[in-house]
Amino acid sequence: MTVTVINPGLLTTIQDLGRPGYFHLGIPVGGAMDRRALIAANLLVGNDEGAAGLEAVFMGPELEFADDRIVAVCGADLPPKVDGTEMPTWTSFRVKGGQRLTFDYLKSGARAYIAISGGIDTPLALGSRSTYPIGALGGFKGRAIAAGDELPLGPSDLPKDGRYIPTELRRIPTGDVELRALPGLYIHRITAASQTAFFEDTWTVAPEADRMGYRFRGGRPMEFVEREQPFGAGSDPSNITDACYPYGSIQIPGGTEPIVLHRDAVSGGGYFMVGTVISADMDLIGQLQPNKTVRFVAVTMDEALAARHEQRAEFAKLRDSIA
Amino acid sequence: MSARYSFGGDEQIFVEVDEAMSLDAFFKSLAITNAVRDADIDGVTEICPANASFQIGFNPDKIHPEALLEQLKSMESVADTAESRLTTRIIEVPVFYQDPWTHETLMRFRERHQDPSGSDIEYAARINGYASVEDFITAHSASPWFVSMVGFVSGLPFLYQMVERARQIEVPKYLRPRTDTPKQTVGYGGCFSCIYSVRGAGGYQMFGITPMPIFDPTQSAPYLRDFMVFFRPGDIVKFEPIDRPTYDHLLAEVEAERFIPKMAEVTFDLADFNKGIDAYNAKLLEALK
Repeated sequence: MTVTVINPGLLTTIQDLGRPGYFHLGIPVGGAMDRRALIAANLLVGNDEGAAGLEAVFMGPELEFADDRIVAVCGADLPPKVDGTEMPTWTSFRVKGGQRLTFDYLKSGARAYIAISGGIDTPLALGSRSTYPIGALGGFKGRAIAAGDELPLGPSDLPKDGRYIPTELRRIPTGDVELRALPGLYIHRITAASQTAFFEDTWTVAPEADRMGYRFRGGRPMEFVEREQPFGAGSDPSNITDACYPYGSIQIPGGTEPIVLHRDAVSGGGYFMVGTVISADMDLIGQLQPNKTVRFVAVTMDEALAARHEQRAEFAKLRDSIA
Repeated sequence: MSARYSFGGDEQIFVEVDEAMSLDAFFKSLAITNAVRDADIDGVTEICPANASFQIGFNPDKIHPEALLEQLKSMESVADTAESRLTTRIIEVPVFYQDPWTHETLMRFRERHQDPSGSDIEYAARINGYASVEDFITAHSASPWFVSMVGFVSGLPFLYQMVERARQIEVPKYLRPRTDTPKQTVGYGGCFSCIYSVRGAGGYQMFGITPMPIFDPTQSAPYLRDFMVFFRPGDIVKFEPIDRPTYDHLLAEVEAERFIPKMAEVTFDLADFNKGIDAYNAKLLEALK
């Protein structure tokens, strides 16, 4: 059975938990920007945690269902409506064959995850259904969904609806956001004063914030340690000999606007990096709207690992809350 | 040349073999990453060799970051003693230099370029001291290139010129990156040539275009049936200048799924190469005849 796209929204892509293992060829891991929200939505509709769903940015799609399905919307507060009747987020509900799922305006967050019981059943590409549009890989014909697309769905035994994620386990950035980062990589390219300033300053999410990376502005420009540029690095002091970019790494081209690389990151390039956002905070970035303010907080490896364990414990609570 | 280690968050270790690009640094990076692959370490998820550095992805739930770091450091000395010998492929890549499509694109983004009055290849020829664009094309296409990294976007090869440093072409990147680059553009930035595997943003100077697909998720080309990405680090490339009729012919062959690049297996030995570069390259190129 299928679901028909009446209106795709702003930019809606099929995503699962990604395709690890091909970064050395420039093919990024991809997958949901906010994995936790996709996992929550999948659990609510009885899918495997890694089933493919829809990631909608800022605006929801309009979808028509061919048969009865259980649906859940988690992540950004983007209220779903079934034939015009509003449904709660973070809660599973039933959509009958012939009914339309639409969305109200975004209230908070940036990306909503729509899980449909049975999951979206497009062909696997390198082990994943995640859409990587630059490489025309995965998803529906390698691109974001468009009006008229008929998205195939897997079989569903229709679990019961009305299941929900407890409020304390829903995570949407409110107030000032802190992104924890492990300093390192090429941070020695900037002066000690700039290193301090980077973590002191408040940064604002720029409009150029997408699945490849989030750009920030508003902090003080970096001062570089003087050197003769090494052969192959390029002439700008922010250039390095082209190297791999870790996921979550924070590069600062020209020393002005930091960019945090995300799930669809370019795998390498020639800009220096000051550190890397820890894995536990990557989901949070996917929910940041432009103009949101953040601070980067320096942490140690032990703190990064502790945060990772905390996140795993929260995932376990998510699973228990639905079981 | 002593490597510098840094954690890239809690899931990656970044290793800079050398700040500067050289074949020695590339070979050391390749030797260590090969050793890591052979060691088959539980918890290692990605092994990414780059030009003069590399990156190892790992799952810290399976291996402690410090334990992996120590293990990597112990492999560095192995790489120092490893023979810099490689059995690899040499591939001839046909290039239509100064083609109309990259020319149209470079004209659209002229205000982002160092020299808005000319073309990218005229600029590159001039700042590298070549009397004419033809001489520059000869320099770019006569000696082979090492694929020293695959990445940026899907399957894009970074290519390092196999000549003495004094003869290496160097050009800056665009002042501000373009938002568009034709697919299969042959580009240049810093000391690296590249082939854009897909259409998209880019900051490298544009010299020409190849009719040869190097990344294709549909895997329709006969030489991409095994895998959608063509290049691997360590491949050797020879650019072959072609004219418009040849380009059109090869493109038709590609579309008919008949095109297969000319390639051969070769052994590369860094020490022998350094003893006499031109003679060594001439011998390598024999394999394509």
